[in-house]
Amino acid sequence: MTRKRRRLYLVVGAMALLGVAAALVLTAIRDTLVFFYSPMELAEKDIPPGKNFRLGGLVAEGSVEKLPDGLTTRFVITDLSAEVPVLYRDLLPDLFREGQGVVAEGALNPEGVFMARQVLAKHDENYMPPEVAEALKKSGQWQGAAETE
Amino acid sequence: MRWRSFIPLALFAALAVALFVGLDLNPRIIPSALIGKPAPALDLPPLPGKEPGLVAARLRDGEPTLVNVWASWCGPCRIEHPQLMALAEDEIIRMIGINYKDRQANALRFLAQLGDPYEAVGVDATGRTSIDWGVYGVPETFILDGAGRILLKHVGPIREEDLEEKILPAIAAAKRGTEP
Amino acid sequence: MLPEIGNFALVLALVLAIVQSSLPMIGAQLGNRQMMAVAEPAAFGQFLFVAIAFALLTHAFIVSDFSVLTVVANSHSAKPMLYKISGVWGNHEGSLVLWVLILTLFGAAVALFGRNLPASLRARVLSVQAMIAAGFLLFMLLTSNPFLRVIPPPPDGNGLNPLLQDPGLAFHPPFLYLGYVGFSMAFSFAVAALIEGRVDPAWARWVRPWTLAAWCFLTIGIAMGSWWAYYELGWGGWWFWDPVENASFMPWLLGTALLHSAIVVEKRDALKSWTLLLAILTFSLSLLGTFIVRSGVLTSVHAFATDPTRGVFILALLVVAIGGSLALFAIRAPALKGGGLFSPISREAALVLNNWLLATACATVLLGTLYPLFMDALSGGEDKVTVGPPFYNATFVPLMIPLLVAMSIGPLLAWKRGDLPGVLQRLKFAAILSALIGLATLYLSWGGPVLAAFGIALGAWLILGPVTDAVERTKLFRAPLSQSWARARGLPRASWGAMVAHAGMGVVVLGITGSTAWTEEKITVMRQGETVTVGGYDYRFEGAEQIAGPNYSAIRGHFRASREGRDIATLSPEARSYPTPPMETTEAAIHPRLSGDLFAVIGERQADGGWAARLYFRPFLSWIWAGCILMTLGGIVSLTDRRHRVGAPRRAAQKPGTQKPGARQTAPAA
Repeated sequence: MTRKRRRLYLVVGAMALLGVAAALVLTAIRDTLVFFYSPMELAEKDIPPGKNFRLGGLVAEGSVEKLPDGLTTRFVITDLSAEVPVLYRDLLPDLFREGQGVVAEGALNPEGVFMARQVLAKHDENYMPPEVAEALKKSGQWQGAAETE
Repeated sequence: MRWRSFIPLALFAALAVALFVGLDLNPRIIPSALIGKPAPALDLPPLPGKEPGLVAARLRDGEPTLVNVWASWCGPCRIEHPQLMALAEDEIIRMIGINYKDRQANALRFLAQLGDPYEAVGVDATGRTSIDWGVYGVPETFILDGAGRILLKHVGPIREEDLEEKILPAIAAAKRGTEP
Repeated sequence: MLPEIGNFALVLALVLAIVQSSLPMIGAQLGNRQMMAVAEPAAFGQFLFVAIAFALLTHAFIVSDFSVLTVVANSHSAKPMLYKISGVWGNHEGSLVLWVLILTLFGAAVALFGRNLPASLRARVLSVQAMIAAGFLLFMLLTSNPFLRVIPPPPDGNGLNPLLQDPGLAFHPPFLYLGYVGFSMAFSFAVAALIEGRVDPAWARWVRPWTLAAWCFLTIGIAMGSWWAYYELGWGGWWFWDPVENASFMPWLLGTALLHSAIVVEKRDALKSWTLLLAILTFSLSLLGTFIVRSGVLTSVHAFATDPTRGVFILALLVVAIGGSLALFAIRAPALKGGGLFSPISREAALVLNNWLLATACATVLLGTLYPLFMDALSGGEDKVTVGPPFYNATFVPLMIPLLVAMSIGPLLAWKRGDLPGVLQRLKFAAILSALIGLATLYLSWGGPVLAAFGIALGAWLILGPVTDAVERTKLFRAPLSQSWARARGLPRASWGAMVAHAGMGVVVLGITGSTAWTEEKITVMRQGETVTVGGYDYRFEGAEQIAGPNYSAIRGHFRASREGRDIATLSPEARSYPTPPMETTEAAIHPRLSGDLFAVIGERQADGGWAARLYFRPFLSWIWAGCILMTLGGIVSLTDRRHRVGAPRRAAQKPGTQKPGARQTAPAA
């Protein structure tokens, strides 16, 4: 075993491993990326039912209602330009409120209702999910970032 | 094979550039859609002992107004308070406050301790009015002209340099009745 | 007055750090002993002054001195004492003080225990350590001074974010920082060695204990953070691949690689430049973690309040520290002489494989963490994306599997040239037993996920491998018990430590597999007296009440859990609301058992008088924490090995019998 041979083994081994890792990353990233849309973008784009994405905006005033099973919540996410109806069957996060920023992850059903699997509300009085801020800005309805420090 | 030992450095350089661009992208100053538009409705009960409360009609009586959204539990509000007090002492502009999601006793104690720059304070216990005004965190400050249109919105505490650079020019513009 | 003294102490520490980062370095270059000797007292002084500042800040929190802005912003007079103290580091400014305190503590430790290090190496190590301290002290004093005053002082503070008011999180940051900052030692040693142009087994013997100690702290720190997320966030998950979690996990992965490659440097005098690179990168990732958490580049549920000017400052620090050390590496590393040769089947080769897999896995985590940022930058802010758990499941996990499989084989291979068939022969029993356990799992959980059976078999393999090794080396069952006992005591502690840590990893794998594959969850509305069955346990809802805590009010629900009529536990989850700052939190109730965790969360009251509730059964979940504790224990046992004892590296090198057969005697170069 010469020094040169050893180096060859090392380089070939490392390259092979990097190749495998790169292949894994490339295949995974296409399927697992989750895009973020605002209600307005959702209206513009044609997103097929079943495709997973994140939807962010404000919980529309007066839109929150509990279905008779006591667990499913129906509400509307708005960026003040467009609205999307949302159904969520789980406990709502502690800070979920009408008029507050919210990000939901899930997919559209064929009727165009967003079936949320996870709902994240903003985390404290001074925090706004950055994607929501961005979305509101794009829709021309944003009036300020929560910057308090 | 000397060049190989430079690979980590090159990769890091690329990463540093990306991080710098990322820092820059972070949206911090966001234009307000309410600028130049009439201020939203304002109809709030007063803090006890500080009557009257707030009504929107008063914002359109021809006199410019500074509207400050604050709370006693908010740290940055304390930082900006000396600047508000300075404005009030010089009697430059009519100042009103919106007390955001606060306990009334704490709010009154805050004003007793640090001084009260406001001509009137409205209590927004639920935060609903503040949402109409597009408030996402406290403190935030608005400058309104005599017709009740919003000329400036300042997010976060008013620091001394903000006073010179943003607030005072906007007040001057409000008095002239022009855009800042 | 006291806060001003604290501020002054920080300034003095900065001055000392600047002196310590320049004079000893120049002295080492010139061979001037007096200049090098400055390093030691300066290191002690730095530690002393930062300790004074830390003590004064803690004092300000304890007595609720609301003239200090940090205290106003993060404390409240009605807060329990524990959280007043943990509030010191529960915020940006205070956590930086703790960071620097630990950094200077490590510097002082080198000064204290490093008396038998070569003088120039010690001077350079301390000098590099002081450069890092100077950077952070500057950052603190310029952008995040913890002692800023508020005049007049407000009557009361804002309180600490209630999410952070929790015993798990109170001690999570100190451990995490001990880990992060501990890797600064490996970094300083690596930079010093690059300047010296020499890396030898003695160098590795010096670096290993520091790296090992840092690794133990980081392991505990990560486990605590994960434990906190598990019971405080109330989602029943314990790892979210969130940027802040990744920020601590990446240094752990590379640190683990460093731990192993340093063994090769020590025993075989090989893999030198790779080990130096790992030492630099491990600490660089710790710094990058700091950047990610504090700059606002990536946001997450854990992030401290963010500020762009701080971000720019930290980025500049990163560029100087990481860029500088990597440039030094680029120039100096090719000059390092390669060491012992080894065949592709050998202990060295196994450790190289370990390093490659860990480093590649770490790279995938880094890519996943930063990808949203890249997308954002490339699309000009148009595309907002998230990289979630599915990405890591598809990239990180497949890379881990060969690593885990090899983990039981590698330690049995001989140095230089190993005998793979022979080793597999020795592991035959362990392999067959693991396969049987996997098959039994498959049979018992028929219809469930097939991968779960593989995970269980893998976990068993990881435990049985080290057990086989231990049984063989002590001749257990083949020699009289007394002889086995004597052999067990004669084995180096480092070997025992490695076995325990590897088996601990197996326990973690069992926990992850069990809790991921067979979790049962029910979300339902319950009225008083109703019973719901989850995972074989019957939960009877006994009602809910309003209670008052020390600084919050809460709804507390009671669930009586039983199994086949036998009472197991009463679970009392809470939904708390804090007045300052106004916030609500969920306190899950968890009853851990060997077979799994019972987990309950109470939700809102319904109009008809029922309560929303979320009930889980998470099999084997507590095995994850137990495994982390085992891994840390393994690290500690290994640290007590005489060869690792700080201050005694030379003596140990000459001790016969602790070397593996086949290893060349590698005395430190004089």
